[in-house]
Parts: sequence; structure tokens; C-alpha cells
Amino acid sequence: MAVKVSLRANRLACERDDRWLFRSLDLRVEDGHILRIEGANGSGKTTLLKLLTGQLPPTEGRIEWHGEPLAASREAFLSQLLYVGHAPGVSAALTAQENLAWAAAMAGVRAPDLDLERALEAVGLAGFEDIPARQLSAGQQRRVALARLELIPRPLWILDEPFTAIDREGVAWLEQRLLAHGDAGGAVVMTTHHTFHANGRVDSLLLGEAA
Amino acid sequence: MSANSGGSTILRGEVIGLWGGCVAQVRRELKIARRRGGDLVNPLMFLALVVMLFPLGISPEPALLASVAPGLLWVAALLAMLLSLDGLFRGDYEDGSLEQMLLSPLPLPVLCLAKVFVHWLLTGLPLALCAPLLGVLLALPGAGYLALLLSLALGTATLSLIGAIGAALTVGLPRGGVLLSLLVLPLYIPVLIFGAGAVKAAIEGGMAGPALALLGALLALAVAAAPFAIAGGLRISLNG
Repeated sequence: MAVKVSLRANRLACERDDRWLFRSLDLRVEDGHILRIEGANGSGKTTLLKLLTGQLPPTEGRIEWHGEPLAASREAFLSQLLYVGHAPGVSAALTAQENLAWAAAMAGVRAPDLDLERALEAVGLAGFEDIPARQLSAGQQRRVALARLELIPRPLWILDEPFTAIDREGVAWLEQRLLAHGDAGGAVVMTTHHTFHANGRVDSLLLGEAA
Repeated sequence: MSANSGGSTILRGEVIGLWGGCVAQVRRELKIARRRGGDLVNPLMFLALVVMLFPLGISPEPALLASVAPGLLWVAALLAMLLSLDGLFRGDYEDGSLEQMLLSPLPLPVLCLAKVFVHWLLTGLPLALCAPLLGVLLALPGAGYLALLLSLALGTATLSLIGAIGAALTVGLPRGGVLLSLLVLPLYIPVLIFGAGAVKAAIEGGMAGPALALLGALLALAVAAAPFAIAGGLRISLNG
């Protein structure tokens, strides 16, 4: 079976405002990996995700996708990536279903209404399809964003604080979903302080220790 | 099954092309605009107010008004466009939608072009359609109406595209509005000159054609180049 995910970072360093966030960071994400990035506030977790998604160039070091520099294989990389950022990417003026339909279109995936409804149902938003997102709570908006995980089939998930704002049931569901994705051969990179029940399954990377 | 070299598609969902992405983008923008209703009327109100104030402030004499009408209508329309630009990317920036656009495998310049097209459709085109009505208030001579409509329809499209570059560059700034005007206004000058020139030429019995052709050329240039500048601006704003 072909390898779907192969993301490597070699001797990565990032400087922000004359301060080294991290130096000589090595990282490897492959099929089945679930990587949790931990660290104090301001230790560069989100910045690291931005580097890994190619949004920011690293100060030093290189990032490779299937052995090629990330910048050179950008399109191939993005067509395998599902990213849920700190802001959920949910427009307040649109309904849950319209938001999800647009997100699918941006990912380049056709999403029939039935699939949209099924994805929203999976995140516990059945019956909320036609409610404008501005009337949904913060947790529900986050669930709309997380419905992308159900809808858009991508091997590599990069998630920034996916557990924020969702309730206990939602956390349990998301945890299951992440582990299932890993078991199915997908890979997850996320920043979170959440402790998994099946913690042995999750690799951790602690930022902010290095000088 | 297709060969899986370097991570080609493994999607279970059917892949939509670039066209599908553009259609989705246009539909989304139209829906958002419809639900925000008020924003659509603002530029038109601005144009109407400015045009109504001038006869009161300068002189109600038709001969005088007719001579300044082309430039006045064009300046007012240009400022109305400028006012509408500040919010072009702001909502998407704040709710994270812009980040999703940047990480889409679809080419960002084309997605931006779709967005700007809707901006023109909902701002520039209504301005072009209403300006002749307001021309009556300024005693615009009959020969000028068609040229006014055409020059504004062409010109506002260029203004949307150029303005979007400024909006993209200033979207991350807390008070980007003033900076946006300073960035964009110098680039608006050629459009203003040829736009008002076309109307003036038509009124004076000359040919509006050459000026309109130049407006068309400016638009062609803007369509070809601006989307890349907008995409670049957005990348800088999001990650600067």
C-alpha cells in the first residue's frame, strides 16, 4: 500500500520578534501517527502548525512532503490536508449547512446535501442545518467546523486546539474520531492540552523546553 | 486505480474542478450579501447624498452643473466604491474563512477573482445603473448618459480589482481604512481621468469610444494582474 502521509521537518527553527520559539526541531508524521503538540501559551504551537501547513517559511531548517520541499509540492500537499484553525472558519451569516458546503467546495470536494446532513448529524447538529451560525453557540460553531472531518476525506489532519469550546460528549466523540482516523491509516497533528483516554496511542511533542 | 505517486488523490468524495469552486464562492458571497442587506444600499445612498448636496453647495444653475456633472458623478462613484472596500475581506479574516481559502488546493487568485466579481456585481454595477438617474439632478446633457453608464460599468470593475489589492494588504490592520485609501487612490487616478473623459467627450459631441477603449484596456490589465496581487496581499496579511 502506498504511503499517504509523509511529512518531515528537519532542524526546524523559528524566530519571532527576536526570540527563538524553537530551534533544531525534528519531526516526522506518517500514516497512523497521532501527534500532540503541547507547550505553554506563547511557546509557538500555532506558529509550528503554520510552518507545517506552509503558511509561514521557517527561519531555518526544511519541511518535506514525500521527500520534496513543501513549497515545491504545495498543491499535492494541500489536496491531502484538512486544516481546522484557531478561528473555526464558519461565517456567521451562513447556515451550518451552507458553511459546510462552502468548506467542501474550497477543499475541492463535491458534497451532496445528503452527505452534508450526515456530517452535521455526526457532530450532533441534526436539526440545526438551517440555523444561521450567528445563532449557534461557540461550541456549536466549532462543531460545524469539525463536521469537515466527517465530510472531507483527507489523510492528514492538522488541527489547532480542536477541543476548545466543545462539551464533554463532544470531546469524547472527537477523541474517538481522531483515534479512528489514525487506525484507518490517517495522520493527525494537533495542538491541545487535552489528555486522551488511550494516551499510549498519542505521541507528544513538548515545545518551549529548548533554549 | 490510479497510481499513487507522491500523494495523489485518495479521495472518496468526487473532486470538483476549479469552476465548481468558483461557483461555490460566488454563491456564498451572494448569500452573505443578501443577509447583510444594508451594506448593499450604503454606496448608493452615499452617491445620492453627495450628488444631491452639490447643487445646494455650489449653485443650482443648470449650465454650471452640466459642465461639472461628469467629473462629479465619477468622483462620487469612485469614493462610494472606496468606502465599500474596507469590509471586503474583513469578515472572512476574522472568522477564519480566509485561512481556509489560503489552504485550499484551488488556486487562490481565481478564488479572489470570484470574490471581487461579486463585489463589483453588488456595488459597481448598481452604481453604474443609478448614476444616470442622478445625472438628471445635475442637468447632465442627454448625450452623456450612455457614456456615463458604460464608463462606470467598465471603470468600477477596475476599481473593485485595484481596491481589493489594498483591502487584502490592510485586512490585518486594526484601522486599515485610511491606509487603504492612501494606497489605492493614486492607482484610481487613471480610471477617473478616462472615465470622466469619456462622458465629457460624449457631451461635447466627440467620440467616447477611445476613452472607453482605454477603460477596457485598463480592466483587461487589472483582470490579468490584480488577482495575483490580491492573493499575495492576503498571504502577507495573514502571516506577517
